[in-house]
Amino acid sequence: MDFHFLRETVLLLLSGVPLSLNLAFFSILAGAVLAVLLALMRLSGNPVLDLPARAYVFVFRGTPLLVQIFLIYYGLGQFPEIRQSLLWPFLREPYWCALLALTLNTAAYSSEIIRGGILSVPFGQIEAARACGMSRWLIFRRITVPQGLRVALPAYGNEIILMTRSTALASVITLMEVTGIASKIIAETFRAVEVFVCAGAIYLILNFAISRGIAFLERRLSPQLREQGAQDHLPEPAR
Amino acid sequence: MIDYTELMGFGPRGWGLLMVQATLMTVAVSASAFALGSVLGALVAWARIEGNRLVRIGADAYTTVLRGIPDLLVIYLLYFGGSEALTALARLLGAKGFVGVNSFAAGAIAVGIISGAYQGELFRGAYQAIARGELEAARSVGMPRLLLFRRIIVPQALRFAIPGLGNVWQLALKESALISVVGLTEILRQAQVGAGSTRQPFAFFITAAVLYLLLSTVSGWGFRRAEAVGMRGVRRA
Repeated sequence: MDFHFLRETVLLLLSGVPLSLNLAFFSILAGAVLAVLLALMRLSGNPVLDLPARAYVFVFRGTPLLVQIFLIYYGLGQFPEIRQSLLWPFLREPYWCALLALTLNTAAYSSEIIRGGILSVPFGQIEAARACGMSRWLIFRRITVPQGLRVALPAYGNEIILMTRSTALASVITLMEVTGIASKIIAETFRAVEVFVCAGAIYLILNFAISRGIAFLERRLSPQLREQGAQDHLPEPAR
Repeated sequence: MIDYTELMGFGPRGWGLLMVQATLMTVAVSASAFALGSVLGALVAWARIEGNRLVRIGADAYTTVLRGIPDLLVIYLLYFGGSEALTALARLLGAKGFVGVNSFAAGAIAVGIISGAYQGELFRGAYQAIARGELEAARSVGMPRLLLFRRIIVPQALRFAIPGLGNVWQLALKESALISVVGLTEILRQAQVGAGSTRQPFAFFITAAVLYLLLSTVSGWGFRRAEAVGMRGVRRA
Protein backbone atom coordinates (compact mmCIF):
# COMPACT_ATOMS: atom_id res chain seq x y z
CA MET A 1 0.00 0.00 0.00
CA ASP A 2 1.38 3.32 -1.07
CA PHE A 3 -0.14 5.65 1.50
CA HIS A 4 1.64 8.68 0.14
CA PHE A 5 0.00 8.18 -3.26
CA LEU A 6 -3.41 7.60 -1.68
CA ARG A 7 -3.11 10.78 0.36
CA GLU A 8 -2.09 12.84 -2.64
CA THR A 9 -4.91 11.34 -4.70
CA VAL A 10 -7.58 12.04 -2.10
CA LEU A 11 -6.40 15.63 -1.73
CA LEU A 12 -6.47 16.16 -5.49
CA LEU A 13 -9.89 14.55 -5.79
CA LEU A 14 -11.31 16.61 -2.94
CA SER A 15 -10.48 19.76 -4.89
CA GLY A 16 -13.09 18.60 -7.41
CA VAL A 17 -15.87 18.22 -4.83
CA PRO A 18 -17.02 21.87 -4.93
CA LEU A 19 -17.60 21.69 -8.69
CA SER A 20 -19.44 18.35 -8.41
CA LEU A 21 -21.68 19.76 -5.68
CA ASN A 22 -22.15 23.02 -7.53
CA LEU A 23 -23.37 21.18 -10.65
CA ALA A 24 -25.63 18.91 -8.61
CA PHE A 25 -27.10 21.73 -6.51
CA PHE A 26 -27.88 24.20 -9.26
CA SER A 27 -29.15 21.61 -11.74
CA ILE A 28 -31.48 20.12 -9.13
CA LEU A 29 -32.70 23.57 -8.11
CA ALA A 30 -33.40 24.75 -11.68
CA GLY A 31 -34.64 21.27 -12.60
CA ALA A 32 -37.19 21.34 -9.78
CA VAL A 33 -38.69 24.61 -11.02
CA LEU A 34 -38.96 23.26 -14.54
CA ALA A 35 -40.31 19.95 -13.20
CA VAL A 36 -43.17 21.63 -11.31
CA LEU A 37 -44.07 23.47 -14.48
CA LEU A 38 -44.03 20.26 -16.50
CA ALA A 39 -46.06 18.38 -13.90
CA LEU A 40 -48.70 21.13 -13.87
CA MET A 41 -48.78 21.08 -17.66
CA ARG A 42 -49.40 17.34 -17.62
CA LEU A 43 -52.11 17.66 -15.00
CA SER A 44 -53.82 20.61 -16.65
CA GLY A 45 -56.09 18.36 -18.71
CA ASN A 46 -55.48 20.66 -21.66
CA PRO A 47 -53.93 18.78 -24.61
CA VAL A 48 -52.09 21.90 -25.81
CA LEU A 49 -50.14 21.89 -22.54
CA ASP A 50 -50.19 18.16 -21.87
CA LEU A 51 -48.78 16.90 -25.17
CA PRO A 52 -45.59 19.03 -25.26
CA ALA A 53 -44.84 18.07 -21.64
CA ARG A 54 -45.41 14.41 -22.47
CA ALA A 55 -43.09 14.63 -25.48
CA TYR A 56 -40.45 16.39 -23.41
CA VAL A 57 -40.48 13.71 -20.75
CA PHE A 58 -40.40 10.95 -23.37
CA VAL A 59 -37.39 12.41 -25.16
CA PHE A 60 -35.32 13.26 -22.10
CA ARG A 61 -36.01 9.98 -20.33
CA GLY A 62 -35.51 7.90 -23.45
CA THR A 63 -32.05 9.14 -24.42
CA PRO A 64 -28.77 8.85 -22.52
CA LEU A 65 -27.67 11.93 -20.59
CA LEU A 66 -24.31 11.82 -22.36
CA VAL A 67 -26.04 12.22 -25.74
CA GLN A 68 -27.90 15.24 -24.35
CA ILE A 69 -24.65 16.74 -23.10
CA PHE A 70 -22.96 16.25 -26.49
CA LEU A 71 -25.97 17.58 -28.33
CA ILE A 72 -25.83 20.80 -26.33
CA TYR A 73 -22.06 21.19 -26.09
CA TYR A 74 -21.01 20.14 -29.60
CA GLY A 75 -24.31 20.07 -31.48
CA LEU A 76 -25.61 23.60 -30.97
CA GLY A 77 -22.39 25.14 -32.25
CA GLN A 78 -23.19 23.77 -35.71
CA PHE A 79 -25.68 26.59 -36.27
CA PRO A 80 -24.29 30.04 -37.14
CA GLU A 81 -27.48 31.61 -35.73
CA ILE A 82 -26.63 30.24 -32.29
CA ARG A 83 -22.97 31.15 -32.57
CA GLN A 84 -23.98 34.75 -33.24
CA SER A 85 -26.70 34.90 -30.61
CA LEU A 86 -26.48 36.41 -27.16
CA LEU A 87 -26.50 32.94 -25.63
CA TRP A 88 -23.25 31.89 -27.26
CA PRO A 89 -20.95 33.15 -24.48
CA PHE A 90 -22.80 30.68 -22.23
CA LEU A 91 -23.25 27.79 -24.64
CA ARG A 92 -19.55 27.91 -25.46
CA GLU A 93 -18.63 27.13 -21.87
CA PRO A 94 -18.60 23.48 -20.83
CA TYR A 95 -19.86 24.43 -17.36
CA TRP A 96 -23.08 26.03 -18.63
CA CYS A 97 -23.64 23.26 -21.15
CA ALA A 98 -23.27 20.58 -18.49
CA LEU A 99 -25.54 22.52 -16.14
CA LEU A 100 -28.15 22.96 -18.86
CA ALA A 101 -28.09 19.28 -19.84
CA LEU A 102 -28.29 18.10 -16.23
CA THR A 103 -31.15 20.53 -15.53
CA LEU A 104 -33.20 19.49 -18.56
CA ASN A 105 -32.56 15.83 -17.76
CA THR A 106 -33.51 15.92 -14.09
CA ALA A 107 -36.58 18.04 -14.88
CA ALA A 108 -37.99 15.20 -16.98
CA TYR A 109 -37.52 12.59 -14.24
CA SER A 110 -38.61 14.87 -11.40
CA SER A 111 -41.76 16.03 -13.17
CA GLU A 112 -43.03 12.44 -13.13
CA ILE A 113 -42.22 12.14 -9.42
CA ILE A 114 -43.98 15.43 -8.65
CA ARG A 115 -46.96 14.44 -10.78
CA GLY A 116 -47.24 11.20 -8.82
CA GLY A 117 -47.09 13.16 -5.57
CA ILE A 118 -49.83 15.56 -6.63
CA LEU A 119 -52.01 12.70 -7.89
CA SER A 120 -51.65 10.92 -4.56
CA VAL A 121 -53.60 13.62 -2.69
CA PRO A 122 -57.08 12.18 -2.11
CA PHE A 123 -59.74 13.98 -4.08
CA GLY A 124 -61.97 14.23 -1.03
CA GLN A 125 -59.48 16.65 0.51
CA ILE A 126 -59.56 18.92 -2.52
CA GLU A 127 -63.35 18.70 -2.50
CA ALA A 128 -63.49 19.60 1.18
CA ALA A 129 -61.17 22.55 0.60
CA ARG A 130 -63.38 23.73 -2.24
CA ALA A 131 -66.43 23.39 -0.05
CA CYS A 132 -64.73 25.66 2.50
CA GLY A 133 -64.38 28.22 -0.26
CA MET A 134 -60.61 28.07 -0.68
CA SER A 135 -59.26 29.51 -3.90
CA ARG A 136 -57.35 27.23 -6.30
CA TRP A 137 -54.00 28.70 -5.36
CA LEU A 138 -54.75 28.37 -1.66
CA ILE A 139 -55.79 24.75 -2.14
CA PHE A 140 -52.57 24.08 -4.02
CA ARG A 141 -50.46 25.75 -1.36
CA ARG A 142 -52.19 24.44 1.75
CA ILE A 143 -53.56 21.05 0.75
CA THR A 144 -51.84 19.68 -2.35
CA VAL A 145 -48.22 20.75 -1.81
CA PRO A 146 -47.74 19.68 1.82
CA GLN A 147 -49.28 16.26 1.24
CA GLY A 148 -47.91 15.61 -2.22
CA LEU A 149 -44.44 16.57 -1.03
CA ARG A 150 -44.47 13.89 1.64
CA VAL A 151 -45.35 11.20 -0.87
CA ALA A 152 -42.87 12.42 -3.46
CA LEU A 153 -39.96 12.95 -1.12
CA PRO A 154 -38.50 9.40 -1.00
CA ALA A 155 -38.49 9.11 -4.80
CA TYR A 156 -37.20 12.66 -5.12
CA GLY A 157 -34.40 11.87 -2.70
CA ASN A 158 -33.41 9.01 -4.98
CA GLU A 159 -33.38 11.41 -7.89
CA ILE A 160 -31.09 13.80 -6.00
CA ILE A 161 -28.63 10.96 -5.36
CA LEU A 162 -28.82 9.88 -9.00
CA MET A 163 -28.10 13.45 -10.08
CA THR A 164 -25.08 13.70 -7.82
CA ARG A 165 -23.87 10.55 -9.48
CA SER A 166 -24.66 11.90 -12.94
CA THR A 167 -22.54 15.04 -12.49
CA ALA A 168 -19.62 12.69 -13.27
CA LEU A 169 -20.58 12.90 -16.94
CA ALA A 170 -19.56 16.57 -16.97
CA SER A 171 -15.98 15.29 -16.96
CA VAL A 172 -16.45 14.06 -20.53
CA ILE A 173 -16.71 17.67 -21.71
CA THR A 174 -13.49 18.62 -19.91
CA LEU A 175 -14.91 19.75 -16.57
CA MET A 176 -12.56 18.92 -13.72
CA GLU A 177 -14.92 17.67 -11.07
CA VAL A 178 -14.17 14.55 -9.02
CA THR A 179 -14.45 12.04 -11.87
CA GLY A 180 -12.60 14.34 -14.28
CA ILE A 181 -9.68 14.58 -11.86
CA ALA A 182 -9.86 10.82 -11.25
CA SER A 183 -9.64 9.99 -14.94
CA LYS A 184 -6.73 12.42 -15.33
CA ILE A 185 -4.83 10.76 -12.49
CA ILE A 186 -5.59 7.31 -13.91
CA ALA A 187 -4.32 8.35 -17.34
CA GLU A 188 -1.14 9.75 -15.82
CA THR A 189 -0.31 6.99 -13.33
CA PHE A 190 -2.17 3.91 -14.62
CA ARG A 191 -3.20 3.09 -11.07
CA ALA A 192 -6.89 2.68 -11.73
CA VAL A 193 -7.77 0.65 -8.66
CA GLU A 194 -6.39 3.04 -6.04
CA VAL A 195 -7.87 6.11 -7.74
CA PHE A 196 -11.19 4.34 -8.15
CA VAL A 197 -11.33 3.46 -4.47
CA CYS A 198 -10.61 7.05 -3.43
CA ALA A 199 -13.08 8.63 -5.86
CA GLY A 200 -15.71 5.99 -5.10
CA ALA A 201 -15.36 6.67 -1.38
CA ILE A 202 -15.88 10.40 -1.94
CA TYR A 203 -19.10 9.80 -3.89
CA LEU A 204 -20.35 7.32 -1.31
CA ILE A 205 -19.76 9.80 1.50
CA LEU A 206 -21.53 12.56 -0.44
CA ASN A 207 -24.49 10.32 -1.18
CA PHE A 208 -24.64 9.06 2.37
CA ALA A 209 -24.80 12.65 3.64
CA ILE A 210 -27.54 13.46 1.14
CA SER A 211 -29.62 10.43 2.03
CA ARG A 212 -29.31 11.29 5.75
CA GLY A 213 -30.46 14.81 4.94
CA ILE A 214 -33.48 13.51 3.04
CA ALA A 215 -34.36 11.11 5.84
CA PHE A 216 -34.23 14.02 8.29
CA LEU A 217 -36.48 16.10 6.05
CA GLU A 218 -38.90 13.20 5.66
CA ARG A 219 -39.15 12.95 9.42
CA ARG A 220 -39.78 16.67 9.77
CA LEU A 221 -42.49 16.66 7.10
CA SER A 222 -44.33 13.55 8.26
CA PRO A 223 -45.13 13.75 11.96
CA GLN A 224 -47.12 10.52 11.75
CA LEU A 225 -43.96 8.66 10.78
CA ARG A 226 -42.13 9.87 13.84
CA GLU A 227 -44.08 7.52 16.08
CA GLN A 228 -43.15 4.60 13.85
CA GLY A 229 -39.59 5.81 13.77
CA ALA A 230 -39.47 5.72 17.55
CA GLN A 231 -40.69 2.14 17.46
CA ASP A 232 -37.98 1.22 15.00
CA HIS A 233 -35.42 2.00 17.65
CA LEU A 234 -36.94 -0.31 20.22
CA PRO A 235 -34.90 -3.44 20.80
CA GLU A 236 -36.12 -6.43 18.80
CA PRO A 237 -38.20 -8.88 20.77
CA ALA A 238 -36.39 -12.10 21.60
CA ARG A 239 -37.14 -14.89 19.21
CA MET B 1 -22.02 20.66 -46.67
CA ILE B 2 -24.36 17.92 -47.79
CA ASP B 3 -27.95 17.76 -46.66
CA TYR B 4 -29.20 15.56 -43.84
CA THR B 5 -30.80 12.79 -45.90
CA GLU B 6 -27.63 12.27 -47.89
CA LEU B 7 -25.51 12.45 -44.75
CA MET B 8 -27.47 9.73 -42.97
CA GLY B 9 -28.32 7.82 -46.15
CA PHE B 10 -26.75 4.67 -47.51
CA GLY B 11 -25.05 6.30 -50.51
CA PRO B 12 -21.27 6.59 -50.99
CA ARG B 13 -21.07 9.66 -48.72
CA GLY B 14 -23.76 8.49 -46.32
CA TRP B 15 -23.17 7.30 -42.77
CA GLY B 16 -26.34 5.23 -42.65
CA LEU B 17 -24.74 1.81 -42.73
CA LEU B 18 -22.19 2.73 -40.06
CA MET B 19 -24.92 4.09 -37.80
CA VAL B 20 -26.95 0.90 -38.24
CA GLN B 21 -23.90 -1.21 -37.39
CA ALA B 22 -23.28 0.97 -34.34
CA THR B 23 -26.90 0.47 -33.28
CA LEU B 24 -26.42 -3.28 -33.46
CA MET B 25 -23.28 -2.87 -31.35
CA THR B 26 -25.28 -0.92 -28.74
CA VAL B 27 -27.88 -3.68 -28.65
CA ALA B 28 -25.19 -6.37 -28.38
CA VAL B 29 -23.27 -4.68 -25.56
CA SER B 30 -26.45 -3.75 -23.65
CA ALA B 31 -27.83 -7.27 -23.99
CA SER B 32 -24.57 -8.82 -22.78
CA ALA B 33 -24.49 -6.42 -19.85
CA PHE B 34 -28.14 -7.09 -19.04
CA ALA B 35 -27.59 -10.86 -19.12
CA LEU B 36 -24.57 -10.58 -16.84
CA GLY B 37 -26.64 -8.33 -14.58
CA SER B 38 -29.38 -10.97 -14.41
CA VAL B 39 -26.93 -13.61 -13.23
CA LEU B 40 -25.41 -11.25 -10.66
CA GLY B 41 -28.86 -10.02 -9.64
CA ALA B 42 -30.10 -13.56 -9.05
CA LEU B 43 -27.03 -14.25 -6.90
CA VAL B 44 -27.57 -11.05 -4.92
CA ALA B 45 -31.24 -11.84 -4.39
CA TRP B 46 -30.35 -15.37 -3.25
CA ALA B 47 -27.69 -13.98 -0.91
CA ARG B 48 -30.14 -11.52 0.61
CA ILE B 49 -32.93 -14.07 1.03
CA GLU B 50 -31.08 -17.19 2.14
CA GLY B 51 -27.54 -16.11 2.90
CA ASN B 52 -26.00 -15.98 6.34
CA ARG B 53 -25.20 -12.65 7.97
CA LEU B 54 -21.83 -12.24 6.26
CA VAL B 55 -23.17 -12.99 2.78
CA ARG B 56 -26.09 -10.62 3.35
CA ILE B 57 -23.76 -7.80 4.37
CA GLY B 58 -21.67 -8.47 1.26
CA ALA B 59 -24.73 -8.32 -0.99
CA ASP B 60 -25.93 -5.14 0.74
CA ALA B 61 -22.54 -3.49 0.30
CA TYR B 62 -22.46 -4.44 -3.39
CA THR B 63 -25.88 -2.91 -3.97
CA THR B 64 -25.18 0.27 -2.02
CA VAL B 65 -21.76 0.90 -3.55
CA LEU B 66 -22.75 0.25 -7.16
CA ARG B 67 -25.85 2.42 -6.86
CA GLY B 68 -23.95 5.25 -5.19
CA ILE B 69 -20.87 5.75 -7.36
CA PRO B 70 -20.92 7.11 -10.91
CA ASP B 71 -21.18 4.54 -13.70
CA LEU B 72 -18.38 6.29 -15.54
CA LEU B 73 -15.99 5.48 -12.70
CA VAL B 74 -16.92 1.79 -12.85
CA ILE B 75 -16.20 1.75 -16.58
CA TYR B 76 -12.84 3.45 -16.04
CA LEU B 77 -12.00 0.94 -13.30
CA LEU B 78 -12.80 -2.07 -15.46
CA TYR B 79 -11.06 -0.71 -18.53
CA PHE B 80 -7.92 0.82 -17.04
CA GLY B 81 -7.74 -1.53 -14.06
CA GLY B 82 -8.22 -4.51 -16.36
CA SER B 83 -5.53 -3.26 -18.72
CA GLU B 84 -3.23 -2.69 -15.76
CA ALA B 85 -3.74 -6.28 -14.59
CA LEU B 86 -3.33 -7.70 -18.09
CA THR B 87 -0.13 -5.72 -18.65
CA ALA B 88 1.27 -7.00 -15.37
CA LEU B 89 0.33 -10.54 -16.35
CA ALA B 90 1.92 -10.15 -19.77
CA ARG B 91 5.09 -8.81 -18.18
CA LEU B 92 5.14 -11.85 -15.92
CA LEU B 93 4.98 -14.05 -18.99
CA GLY B 94 7.85 -12.15 -20.55
CA ALA B 95 6.01 -9.83 -22.94
CA LYS B 96 6.73 -6.13 -23.06
CA GLY B 97 4.57 -3.06 -23.46
CA PHE B 98 0.96 -2.20 -22.75
CA VAL B 99 -1.85 -4.69 -23.15
CA GLY B 100 -5.34 -3.17 -23.37
CA VAL B 101 -8.56 -4.94 -22.43
CA ASN B 102 -11.18 -5.36 -25.07
CA SER B 103 -13.48 -2.36 -24.70
CA PHE B 104 -16.57 -4.47 -25.41
CA ALA B 105 -15.73 -6.84 -22.57
CA ALA B 106 -14.76 -4.10 -20.13
CA GLY B 107 -17.87 -2.07 -20.97
CA ALA B 108 -20.29 -4.99 -20.86
CA ILE B 109 -18.89 -6.18 -17.53
CA ALA B 110 -18.99 -2.67 -16.03
CA VAL B 111 -22.58 -1.99 -17.09
CA GLY B 112 -23.48 -5.56 -16.13
CA ILE B 113 -22.14 -5.13 -12.62
CA ILE B 114 -24.20 -1.95 -12.21
CA SER B 115 -27.28 -3.62 -13.68
CA GLY B 116 -26.79 -6.54 -11.27
CA ALA B 117 -27.16 -4.20 -8.32
CA TYR B 118 -30.57 -3.05 -9.60
CA GLN B 119 -31.70 -6.51 -10.63
CA GLY B 120 -30.82 -7.95 -7.22
CA GLU B 121 -33.35 -5.64 -5.55
CA LEU B 122 -35.87 -6.42 -8.24
CA PHE B 123 -35.60 -10.20 -7.97
CA ARG B 124 -35.80 -10.07 -4.20
CA GLY B 125 -39.03 -8.10 -4.41
CA ALA B 126 -40.41 -10.50 -7.03
CA TYR B 127 -39.56 -13.52 -4.88
CA GLN B 128 -41.32 -11.98 -1.92
CA ALA B 129 -44.42 -11.45 -4.04
CA ILE B 130 -44.84 -15.21 -4.49
CA ALA B 131 -47.56 -16.58 -2.23
CA ARG B 132 -45.92 -18.36 0.73
CA GLY B 133 -48.51 -21.12 0.54
CA GLU B 134 -47.27 -22.19 -2.88
CA LEU B 135 -43.74 -22.70 -1.58
CA GLU B 136 -45.05 -24.64 1.41
CA ALA B 137 -47.26 -26.76 -0.82
CA ALA B 138 -44.34 -27.57 -3.10
CA ARG B 139 -42.19 -28.52 -0.14
CA SER B 140 -44.90 -30.66 1.36
CA VAL B 141 -45.29 -32.71 -1.82
CA GLY B 142 -41.57 -33.37 -1.51
CA MET B 143 -40.16 -31.30 -4.36
CA PRO B 144 -36.38 -31.11 -4.30
CA ARG B 145 -35.04 -27.56 -4.00
CA LEU B 146 -33.93 -27.29 -7.61
CA LEU B 147 -37.28 -28.46 -8.94
CA LEU B 148 -39.08 -26.06 -6.64
CA PHE B 149 -36.86 -23.26 -7.90
CA ARG B 150 -37.40 -24.19 -11.53
CA ARG B 151 -41.12 -24.93 -11.45
CA ILE B 152 -42.52 -22.64 -8.75
CA ILE B 153 -40.17 -19.77 -8.06
CA VAL B 154 -38.75 -18.85 -11.48
CA PRO B 155 -41.97 -18.73 -13.52
CA GLN B 156 -43.80 -16.66 -10.93
CA ALA B 157 -40.99 -14.38 -9.82
CA LEU B 158 -40.14 -13.64 -13.45
CA ARG B 159 -43.72 -12.68 -14.10
CA PHE B 160 -43.71 -10.17 -11.24
CA ALA B 161 -40.29 -8.90 -12.27
CA ILE B 162 -41.08 -8.11 -15.92
CA PRO B 163 -42.13 -4.45 -15.50
CA GLY B 164 -39.07 -3.75 -13.35
CA LEU B 165 -36.83 -5.65 -15.74
CA GLY B 166 -38.08 -3.38 -18.50
CA ASN B 167 -36.88 -0.36 -16.52
CA VAL B 168 -33.52 -1.93 -15.76
CA TRP B 169 -33.06 -2.82 -19.43
CA GLN B 170 -33.70 0.82 -20.37
CA LEU B 171 -31.08 1.85 -17.82
CA ALA B 172 -28.55 -0.59 -19.31
CA LEU B 173 -29.35 0.70 -22.79
CA LYS B 174 -28.67 4.27 -21.72
CA GLU B 175 -25.60 3.39 -19.68
CA SER B 176 -24.13 1.61 -22.69
CA ALA B 177 -23.59 5.08 -24.19
CA LEU B 178 -20.91 5.67 -21.56
CA ILE B 179 -18.84 2.81 -22.99
CA SER B 180 -18.06 5.18 -25.85
CA VAL B 181 -15.49 6.85 -23.58
CA VAL B 182 -13.29 3.75 -23.74
CA GLY B 183 -13.57 3.58 -27.51
CA LEU B 184 -16.24 0.98 -28.29
CA THR B 185 -17.90 1.93 -31.58
CA GLU B 186 -21.51 1.95 -30.47
CA ILE B 187 -24.08 4.61 -31.37
CA LEU B 188 -22.57 7.53 -29.46
CA ARG B 189 -18.96 6.77 -30.44
CA GLN B 190 -19.93 6.46 -34.09
CA ALA B 191 -21.81 9.75 -33.85
CA GLN B 192 -18.73 11.41 -32.36
CA VAL B 193 -16.54 10.09 -35.17
CA GLY B 194 -19.04 11.27 -37.76
CA ALA B 195 -19.43 14.65 -36.08
CA GLY B 196 -15.67 15.09 -36.06
CA SER B 197 -15.10 14.25 -39.70
CA THR B 198 -18.08 16.06 -41.22
CA ARG B 199 -18.30 19.04 -38.85
CA GLN B 200 -22.03 18.43 -38.48
CA PRO B 201 -22.23 17.50 -34.79
CA PHE B 202 -25.89 18.39 -34.39
CA ALA B 203 -26.96 16.11 -37.23
CA PHE B 204 -25.04 13.19 -35.77
CA PHE B 205 -26.00 13.61 -32.14
CA ILE B 206 -29.67 14.16 -32.93
CA THR B 207 -29.53 10.96 -35.00
CA ALA B 208 -27.97 9.18 -32.03
CA ALA B 209 -30.77 10.49 -29.80
CA VAL B 210 -33.40 9.27 -32.26
CA LEU B 211 -31.76 5.83 -32.46
CA TYR B 212 -31.81 5.53 -28.66
CA LEU B 213 -35.46 6.62 -28.57
CA LEU B 214 -36.23 4.02 -31.21
CA LEU B 215 -34.48 1.28 -29.27
CA SER B 216 -36.19 2.20 -26.03
CA THR B 217 -39.61 2.49 -27.65
CA VAL B 218 -39.33 -0.86 -29.43
CA SER B 219 -38.03 -2.65 -26.35
CA GLY B 220 -40.63 -0.93 -24.17
CA TRP B 221 -43.27 -2.33 -26.47
CA GLY B 222 -41.65 -5.76 -26.27
CA PHE B 223 -41.66 -5.72 -22.47
CA ARG B 224 -45.31 -4.66 -22.38
CA ARG B 225 -46.14 -7.62 -24.64
CA ALA B 226 -44.15 -9.91 -22.38
CA GLU B 227 -45.98 -8.55 -19.36
CA ALA B 228 -49.34 -9.13 -21.01
CA VAL B 229 -48.35 -12.71 -21.85
CA GLY B 230 -46.86 -13.35 -18.41
CA MET B 231 -49.87 -11.98 -16.57
CA ARG B 232 -52.53 -13.66 -18.67
CA GLY B 233 -53.33 -16.14 -15.91
CA VAL B 234 -53.60 -13.52 -13.18
CA ARG B 235 -56.92 -12.05 -12.25
CA ARG B 236 -56.65 -8.37 -11.56
CA ALA B 237 -58.63 -6.40 -9.05
